[in-house]
Amino acid sequence: MRKSKALLFEMSRPGRRGYSLPSNDVPEKSLDELLPRKAQRSEPLELPELSEVGVVRHYTELSTRNFGVDTGFYPLGSCTMKYNPKINEEVAVLPGFAFMHPCQPEETTQGALELLYNFEQGLKELTAMDRFTMQPAAGAHGELTGLMVIQAYHRSRGDHNRNKVLIPLSAHGTNPATVSMAGYEVVQIPCDDRGLVDLDALKEAVDETTAALMLTNPSTLGLFEEEIIPMAKAVHEVGGLLYYDGANLNAIMGYTRPGDMGFDVVHLNIHKTLSTPHGGGGPGSGPVGVKERLIPFLPVPLVSKEEDRFYLDYDVPETIGKMHSFYGNFGVAIKAYTYMRMMGAEGLKEASTDAVINANYLMSLLKKTYYVPYDRICKHEFIVSAKPEKKKGAGAGDIAKALLDRNFHPPTVYFPLIVDEALMIEPNDTEAKETLDAFAATMEQIAKDIDEDAEKVAHGPYNTVVGRLDEVRAVRNPVLIWQKDKE
Amino acid sequence: MGYNIIDGVKYTKKHEWARQEGNEAVVGLSDYAQDKLGEIVFVELPDVGTEVEAGKGSAVIESVKAVADLYAPADGTITEVNEALLDQPEVINSDPYGEGWVYKMELKNESQMDELMDKPAYEKFVVEEDEK
Amino acid sequence: MGGKHYLPLTDEDRREMLAEIGVSSVEDLFSDIPREVRLQRELELPSPLSEYEAFKHLNELASKNKHFNNCVSFMGAGVYDHFIPAVIKHITGRSEFYTSYTPYQPEISQGVLQAIFEYQTMICQLTGMEVANASMYDGGTAVAEGAVMGCGATRRSKVLVSRSVSPLYRAVLDNYFNSRGLEVEEIPIKDGYTDRSELENKMGDDIATVILQQPNFFGLVEDMEGIADMVHGHKAVLLVSADPLSLPLLQAPSEYGADIVVGEGQGLGVPASFGGPLLGIMAAKSKFVRQMPGRIAGETVDSEGNRGYVLTLQTREQHIRREKAPSNICSNEALVALGAAVYMAAMGPQGMREVAEQCLQKAAYARESITALKGYDDVYAGSTFKEFTVTVPGDPAELNKKLLEKNILGGVDLAPFYPELKNAMLFAVTEKRTKEEIDTLVRELEGWK
Ligand SMILES: Cc1ncc(COP(=O)(O)O)c(C=O)c1O
Repeated sequence: MRKSKALLFEMSRPGRRGYSLPSNDVPEKSLDELLPRKAQRSEPLELPELSEVGVVRHYTELSTRNFGVDTGFYPLGSCTMKYNPKINEEVAVLPGFAFMHPCQPEETTQGALELLYNFEQGLKELTAMDRFTMQPAAGAHGELTGLMVIQAYHRSRGDHNRNKVLIPLSAHGTNPATVSMAGYEVVQIPCDDRGLVDLDALKEAVDETTAALMLTNPSTLGLFEEEIIPMAKAVHEVGGLLYYDGANLNAIMGYTRPGDMGFDVVHLNIHKTLSTPHGGGGPGSGPVGVKERLIPFLPVPLVSKEEDRFYLDYDVPETIGKMHSFYGNFGVAIKAYTYMRMMGAEGLKEASTDAVINANYLMSLLKKTYYVPYDRICKHEFIVSAKPEKKKGAGAGDIAKALLDRNFHPPTVYFPLIVDEALMIEPNDTEAKETLDAFAATMEQIAKDIDEDAEKVAHGPYNTVVGRLDEVRAVRNPVLIWQKDKE
Repeated sequence: MGYNIIDGVKYTKKHEWARQEGNEAVVGLSDYAQDKLGEIVFVELPDVGTEVEAGKGSAVIESVKAVADLYAPADGTITEVNEALLDQPEVINSDPYGEGWVYKMELKNESQMDELMDKPAYEKFVVEEDEK
Repeated sequence: MGGKHYLPLTDEDRREMLAEIGVSSVEDLFSDIPREVRLQRELELPSPLSEYEAFKHLNELASKNKHFNNCVSFMGAGVYDHFIPAVIKHITGRSEFYTSYTPYQPEISQGVLQAIFEYQTMICQLTGMEVANASMYDGGTAVAEGAVMGCGATRRSKVLVSRSVSPLYRAVLDNYFNSRGLEVEEIPIKDGYTDRSELENKMGDDIATVILQQPNFFGLVEDMEGIADMVHGHKAVLLVSADPLSLPLLQAPSEYGADIVVGEGQGLGVPASFGGPLLGIMAAKSKFVRQMPGRIAGETVDSEGNRGYVLTLQTREQHIRREKAPSNICSNEALVALGAAVYMAAMGPQGMREVAEQCLQKAAYARESITALKGYDDVYAGSTFKEFTVTVPGDPAELNKKLLEKNILGGVDLAPFYPELKNAMLFAVTEKRTKEEIDTLVRELEGWK
């Protein structure tokens, strides 16, 4: 069963073709007449040459070497790998959406603008924000947009001394990276024994140099920050703003809203909460919503409505400018909008309810075998620490590999960083109880296997198309492209 | 776990070691630190002549999944760096106190070395760290 | 019922599960949310639609839009109506690909990882670079992050960007740099080209990156000779934003000494989708790899010596380097890159060359025919690839309105981007356009005014 797969380049045969183009029907000129000689490519292009069926078989085989939500349970914490409804895929490729040029005259784009407008109304209600931009192409891009808006707001008030952004130690890596990218300094706030942001430390840290607090609630530990009201107050009192990382919104839809918690800016990862597929790494979409006072700083264009007409609105007085060449990942927004329309208010709330039931249920099964460092009601995800197993010889990463052998996608491992040997488990709303039972039983079996032969577990996986890959070699001796003469 | 903690060098709380030679110190990563980092794949060395400050980042050591700053054990100036590490960073894993040294520095204030831990103190410190 | 069928728990399941958890009601699971912030009502959203109703609604919205299948498009400016082979949709539609996350667990992600590795290779074959990443969000963000790479590599904080680089990309660049406290200075244009003497004047040892576009925003083929030497003389980095579909004909950027190549990959079989998702291409010489943002796949072997692929050099990235990472990018445009890889594999070297040649020939024919008309002139003289600029005898918006009556999506008005260019339009002609379609456009233009 173990075998590597030939690369496109190794299957190439000179003269083989996988395309069919119309012929050129305009009077032809010589190349030299149209392009200066010295601007022309001197070496012929090296690309693989395959037949159409060759291409299809190659990628079909590659697809069989890949695991998706449609393959099986995918409890990858923080990523909300819920089922991706098929209707979303169908509507997004309708020619009236998929083959639109972004510069088309407004009267030819009314359907697209109406969709974006209505989607925005839904997001506003879901989050208690007053306006959204759809430009950010992913969550991290949304974070950057949000911090830029915050920065523009402070600057507009002549408030130039705010150079720090506070983030909890448990924050996702994109948060501190974004803070630096926006030219701010990171101030890390520790967590207390309960796993919640240490309120006293936060109060200690805020001052008139605080631009913002970036927070995800529930946190990356899957815990709701119960002290969100005093936290928000502490930040607002010194003139700072609150930024909500919406990666974990799947836990609270219909129960509470970032705007009601005191947040001023949010981004949503609609490729998580709103069911759009993650595509093996993207495209995602990270709409950013803001409260009234920050609207003047949003990127242009916004989508506005006047009577029955929808239009791209460039009249945003103090706009930060543009974040994306055009209007963001429209194709992803279509899918999320469709999901929202099908779920409705009740359905979205029920999704959050089931996500939270599933997480708590799975936690209560797993804590019979594993160490759960924050043993309290969780939201959509929870953390197991494999520190005891590590001492026996097989840690979080090895447990992940053992799961691969049993046809489960593993949880997120080694994150959040504040928990040793972390396994971050997010079962989400679209999984059945039987699936969770089977997963828990498998995890129990793996714990037994570690007791019996940790060494064996530490060398898995055994049933996958390739064995454990040598990541050290990949870094020490980087081979990042295929090269002809190297073979 | 058995870490190799040697005599004749001083240790920091961030797991660097420093061996004083006259008014210079040779600096590297302790066996404990290299074990925690795992296989080291990349080292970013300071330029000779760089002024370093005790407790501040002075070199960067990377494994596949982690990046660690090497903090200067004391104030001073870099006088020599171990360029062999650029090609063979894994030497830090195999010989952390010998061939795996990272840089030499001129000490600004030799008494700062007294503040670092000796072998027994560091042994105790490591046991505590491991229990956390 | 709407979309509740996506939620498999039955009432019976929920009861059993709550019992196992040891709580008496769902409410107990949400008791950690303070009352004051609890939503005391239900969300107000339109009532749920069944699957068929949703389809009908979306189909209605879609049918209000014009598009490439019911119009003939001459629009460009970074997004084009290129031919998309049917195979692409079928490959990217395989759900083992599209329902997977970023390939963190390589042993069960060999499909995506190998596809990325092959994509990186083909991007390097096109550009002549030595490394490429798995994608950026789009052409604009690729320019901005490429410029930052140059700052990281040179430890300098100022870049020069030609005014002939897409104004859409420059807007993103300005925004990224402004917030970070880095500086952008514009190199003026002369007759539509980067003004060489202005570039030389502004060049200095404080410049990190020089940013050019090939072909430039006006479709003109810039003269790249000698630029890299001048830039490298100041130990700065040359970044070029290139149209990948021009590269089968034009010099690979490596040939004129580019260090970093970025670009918009939408032409590589990606649906225009009203401007997104797009595909940010990013490639470079290998010495810049440690400054490169984003995912990179690399080859390695497994425990038995089988070849396999992993995400590699990850210490560059946000999840490890956190605030010291050169970029915050996490999710990218992986599935779009997969589609682009399928495109390149299916088209091969001849197919891509044919596409490029047809763009060149058809655009040249259109340009010659339009500028032969009274009232229509070249804005700028010089060789162009698939786009060109012309002045038109009146308001471009009105002209487009008239063209729309014939189901033609006309050119892009340049005035919003270059206020000095009044009544000027940018037309794009791809391999999909026929002589007849071009002749129709020309007839309509002739009959206007
Ligand atoms: C908590 C959190 N914040 C931010 C992000 C970044 O989102 P994206 O990958 O869409 O950029 C993620 C995604 O993994 C996340 O889990």
